[in-house]
Amino acid sequence: MTLLEVRDLHVDFHTRDGIVKAVNGVNYQVEAGETLAVLGESGSGKSVTAQAVMGILDMPPGRIPKGEILFHGEDMLTMSKEERRKIRGARIAMIFQDALSSLNPVLSVGYQLAEMFRVHQGASRKEAKAKAVELMDRVKIPAAKARVSDYPHQFSGGMRQRIMIAMALALEPDLIIADEPTTALDVTVQAQVMELLADLQREFNMGLILITHDLGVVADVADKIAVMYAGRIVETAPVKELYKAPAHPYTKGLLESIPRLDQKGKELYAIQGLPPNMAKVPDGCAFHPRCPVARDVCRSELPPLAEVGEGRGSACHFWKETLGE
Amino acid sequence: MSEESQRTEQTERREPILEVRDLVKHFPLTQGVLFKRQVGAVKAVDGISFDLYPGETLGIVGESGCGKSTVAKLLMNLEAPTSGTIRYKGEDITKLSGRALKAVRRNIQMVFQDPYTSLNPRMTVGDIIGEPFDIHPEVAPKGDRRRKVQELLDVVGLNPEYVNRYPHQFSGGQRQRIGIARGLALRPEIIVADEPVSALDVSVQAQVVNLMERLQDEFGLSYMFIAHDLSIVRHISDRVGVMYLGKMAEIGSDEEIYEHPTHPYTQALLSAVPVPDPEAEGRRERIVLEGDVPSPANPPSGCRFRTRCWKAEARCAEEVPLLAIPTPFEKAESGVAHPSACHFAEERAAVVAA
Repeated sequence: MTLLEVRDLHVDFHTRDGIVKAVNGVNYQVEAGETLAVLGESGSGKSVTAQAVMGILDMPPGRIPKGEILFHGEDMLTMSKEERRKIRGARIAMIFQDALSSLNPVLSVGYQLAEMFRVHQGASRKEAKAKAVELMDRVKIPAAKARVSDYPHQFSGGMRQRIMIAMALALEPDLIIADEPTTALDVTVQAQVMELLADLQREFNMGLILITHDLGVVADVADKIAVMYAGRIVETAPVKELYKAPAHPYTKGLLESIPRLDQKGKELYAIQGLPPNMAKVPDGCAFHPRCPVARDVCRSELPPLAEVGEGRGSACHFWKETLGE
Repeated sequence: MSEESQRTEQTERREPILEVRDLVKHFPLTQGVLFKRQVGAVKAVDGISFDLYPGETLGIVGESGCGKSTVAKLLMNLEAPTSGTIRYKGEDITKLSGRALKAVRRNIQMVFQDPYTSLNPRMTVGDIIGEPFDIHPEVAPKGDRRRKVQELLDVVGLNPEYVNRYPHQFSGGQRQRIGIARGLALRPEIIVADEPVSALDVSVQAQVVNLMERLQDEFGLSYMFIAHDLSIVRHISDRVGVMYLGKMAEIGSDEEIYEHPTHPYTQALLSAVPVPDPEAEGRRERIVLEGDVPSPANPPSGCRFRTRCWKAEARCAEEVPLLAIPTPFEKAESGVAHPSACHFAEERAAVVAA
């Protein structure tokens, strides 16, 4: 059975300026041991989708008018609060971008790690603390035993992110959602953290949803990729095929705007214009005002996510041309 | 000879517009409330030298805490150096004050990283871009300012009618354009850009990089481009300096640094950058460094990188390596002949540059 399946998910936010449709019919699947990268710019709905899966969306102002989130085949959106709470943290865990603001500054990291075992498993203080040390060892924090009583500010950025990973792993979840886990870190530390995450995923055969805007990180670790734009998935593909031949002009533009060696001294390819205001998404294909191949049909008709190959989809009227070039 | 190396040679023959020598900035650490005693110092910048030539872009890369932003502040005279000199057209600006300093400052402007906090939310775009004219009225007489501001908006690709709008009405990329327009207002010769695109969305970064390159050609600007994104730095820079813990580890032309790095830190840094190509990703060998950057308040003796370096030997703990062309490469024809501060500098075959 599929580990996680998101079906036709919609998320709205009620604001003073009207209803903002942040997510408009997103579908994706993650199997055990698989890494799905969700790529998108700020405001594309990638984090909101993840929050809906995790069950930490602020409602209100958020609302899920439509959709299903199947975890081991069961729809989490129809579950009671108690049932969801048992899944959250224990079966599905999340790693956030900013470790410093995600950890409680007035509690030691050991206490925060141990809390997981005490709340979810009813472990005693002593047991829980021993398990916390074990976890810190597992994420390769040097001298774990001596540092278990230290506070978050006493750790470096990379070490704090390791503690976040330890916390997510604590109850051996089936699925981890990592929202920009390395964006705030330096490149050399980023490499360490991504390697650790990949090793642990293999060891526990977990599903991983990696939310990011970094095309480099995606190429490195993902199996398949979903590109989001203005609340919709515009392209899905196995990672190698997407980089070789993108089937949506937005993906193509993103890949082309990365500086390459042979472009030195020349103008970089740049996608024109700006990401849309989510309160006023353009009609038809949301990307059409910025798209180099847009025609009349793009302004009026919303392109469906069409199948363009094995395990590949593109929401573009002219995917054939985009692929063909 | 390639076009690039010709360009580098041309720059080399010209007089530098900015000469930085042995620049040091230590921030004191004090203890005690009433009687503050100095108990140490954060050695943010600890002896850095480089030149900036007219019309060139010098990229500075390094991780957080390596001192690259402090260097920017020192160049702007926002911080006073502990020692060392910064010569602008031969004149040491660290010794200037009053009117002479004001005149120099006009020629060195800055573009900041965060377009959200670097623009005053209570000022209109016109006031923000026009503010430099209040300080330097000789550039634009009062009646002429509005027109000048609109011209600047046009130059950076914004609608000149937006002059009465407020920063919150713009997106991140547009705000960065406003920041650039403000930097250009006084027609400076040097622009110090501290991570100018890192806060922007990927699809907007390329637009801003292109804009900066176009403005450089148009106005003959010299850029000091500080960033941690190595591929963007390579794209825009003529020369690149790599900093580590307050020191320059390696400096050279973009090709020398990216194709022939000889300092282990540069090699590790380049190999750690994820490459947006899954096939190349499988082929290349990655150097994953152990541990974190040490504290600049208590840097390691000798070579500062030795605590994380896989080549370190006893000599590295005792002797500080100098930033010079390593002896074995002095006569080398290829790109290895550039300054590198390592006792055991050598080329490494498997480093694929970003």
